[in-house]
Amino acid sequence: MTEDDLDRNRRHFLTVATVVTGVAGAGMAAIPFISSLQPSARAQAMGAPVEVPLGSMQPGEMIRVMWRGRLVFVLRRDEKMLDKLPVDRDQLRDPNSEVADQQPDYAANETRSIKPEYLVVEGSCTHLGCAPLEDFDATLAPDYAGGFFCPCHGSKFDFAGRVFKGVPAPTNLRVPPHRFVRDDLILIGQDSGAA
Amino acid sequence: MARIEAEVGKPQGGFMKWIDDRFPFTKTMEHHVTRYYASKNFNWWYVFGVLAFVVLAIQLITGIFLTMNYKPSAAEAFASVEYIMRDLEWGWLIRYMHSTGASFFFIVVYLHMFRAMLYGSYKKPRELIWLIGMLIFFVLMAEGFAGYLLPWGQMSYWGAQVIISLFGAIPVIGDTLVEFIRGDYSISDITLNRFFALHVILLPLALIALVFVHIVALHEVGSNNPDGIEIKEKKGPDGVPLDGVPFHPHHTSKDLVAIIVFLMIFASVVFFAPEMGGLFLEHANFEPANVTATPEHIAPVWYYTPYYAILRAVPDKLWGFILFAIAVVLPVFLPWLDRCRVRSIRYRGWMYKTALTVFVISFIALGWLGLQAATPTYVMFARIFSALYFAFFLLMPFYTAMDKTKPVPDRVVYHA
Repeated sequence: MTEDDLDRNRRHFLTVATVVTGVAGAGMAAIPFISSLQPSARAQAMGAPVEVPLGSMQPGEMIRVMWRGRLVFVLRRDEKMLDKLPVDRDQLRDPNSEVADQQPDYAANETRSIKPEYLVVEGSCTHLGCAPLEDFDATLAPDYAGGFFCPCHGSKFDFAGRVFKGVPAPTNLRVPPHRFVRDDLILIGQDSGAA
Repeated sequence: MARIEAEVGKPQGGFMKWIDDRFPFTKTMEHHVTRYYASKNFNWWYVFGVLAFVVLAIQLITGIFLTMNYKPSAAEAFASVEYIMRDLEWGWLIRYMHSTGASFFFIVVYLHMFRAMLYGSYKKPRELIWLIGMLIFFVLMAEGFAGYLLPWGQMSYWGAQVIISLFGAIPVIGDTLVEFIRGDYSISDITLNRFFALHVILLPLALIALVFVHIVALHEVGSNNPDGIEIKEKKGPDGVPLDGVPFHPHHTSKDLVAIIVFLMIFASVVFFAPEMGGLFLEHANFEPANVTATPEHIAPVWYYTPYYAILRAVPDKLWGFILFAIAVVLPVFLPWLDRCRVRSIRYRGWMYKTALTVFVISFIALGWLGLQAATPTYVMFARIFSALYFAFFLLMPFYTAMDKTKPVPDRVVYHA
């Protein structure tokens, strides 16, 4: 066969068709490998909702629970803490909880909770994920009425987990989905369906 | 079919000829070693490439032996490292060599990169060598980061938490991406196992492949020298550059001295200061990972702190991440940012000399600041030095174009 006999269109078509088929095949073959990097069935099962009994909690007391390997703070706010919520409003970045991803709709209120007394927030600073410290007496950082203080880069949050202005954390602490199964029992990780 | 005879070299026969007829052994050795001509006025700045190669070898060998005893699971990792340190014959030495090797890798590579900036080794026609080198640097950063999670100490866990969270700053896909990197809703056994795979298989393979390509590209265009001139332009009648000497035995014997001195320093650190006062092995990492309590002061290992200081200097999460990423990537563009026709700092004007000095001071200052707690004063200094760091690169097209240069010699010279 000489150069003149070449059907260049046909050769071009075959080249393109082979490349396209090959790329598509490689793409399909990549799916199982990439999917295997996602949370596995076991990881998802371990991420199941957790029940937290509230019966023995005193006002002002906070407990830490784990949900999906993440730290969750459950704080039973006392009168003093609740009274402090409106105090620093103008220093907060998002006082009305308008960033939708940071809490379910039912917690987008003044206390960021279902019941004013009980605050449920993830103990993970929205800056880079450090665990904030409880700083209820405002001893760790100046210029605020107390709340949570992140030791890594100095982010401050009030008693509703709302972030202050002028700190690196961009948004309020995240409120995980949760609901009251009974008055003294919270389910964290699920907010609808039967208990 | 005609037998292809060896074109160059001594008449040969026997075993070597048998090999060379089937594999280009002699040809390869000549091209890369015995007839690779590099400038005869190399100074001590030119040993860090070879030293990086030595550290890579140390890391590969010690790494293989560590994997024989290390257990990549959240339940066992910390204890298995303790086991290596206490119960395994010479385990402490192997592990300290590996942990010290990580820091020395960065020391050597930073100096190697600085050499390129001193003598304009990234400039045409060596842009690609520089680009491949930067890729090696990125892979090395990933390798160090993945490796740091493996002991599963407090700093392993929280350092990884902070760095992986950085990707959460990317709009829209951030949270999904973070979950994808971890393979779980938090840093867990799954993340540890996957980082182990990356650390011992993917990244080392990439590193070796890139180092190979780096050297092939270097040997194609030839090494730069402290005068920044092309020795290939002045060749003798035999076609050999007048200012060049064969890599072996000339440069290899000089490099051997450097390797011995390097190993003396390396051994001193391994034996007498493997933690380097918390700089090479951070104190918080002697406690097992605790998901519920962040250590009071989180700092990455020293070799990331210049970039970490830039990250912290920005009061906004997304912009912090963007500037951090730009700071890491910016050196990639050096070959095109630098508009000066002269390569070597020996013949450059005061502007580049000043700029490079300011850059070095800023980089070291940022590195120090990244290790400290972020007090308002330090943050202010970090902002100033970050600005200088960026200015060095972004103003480079202007000051390198304006700078007055000195005449460049025809042949290499020997002043220090």
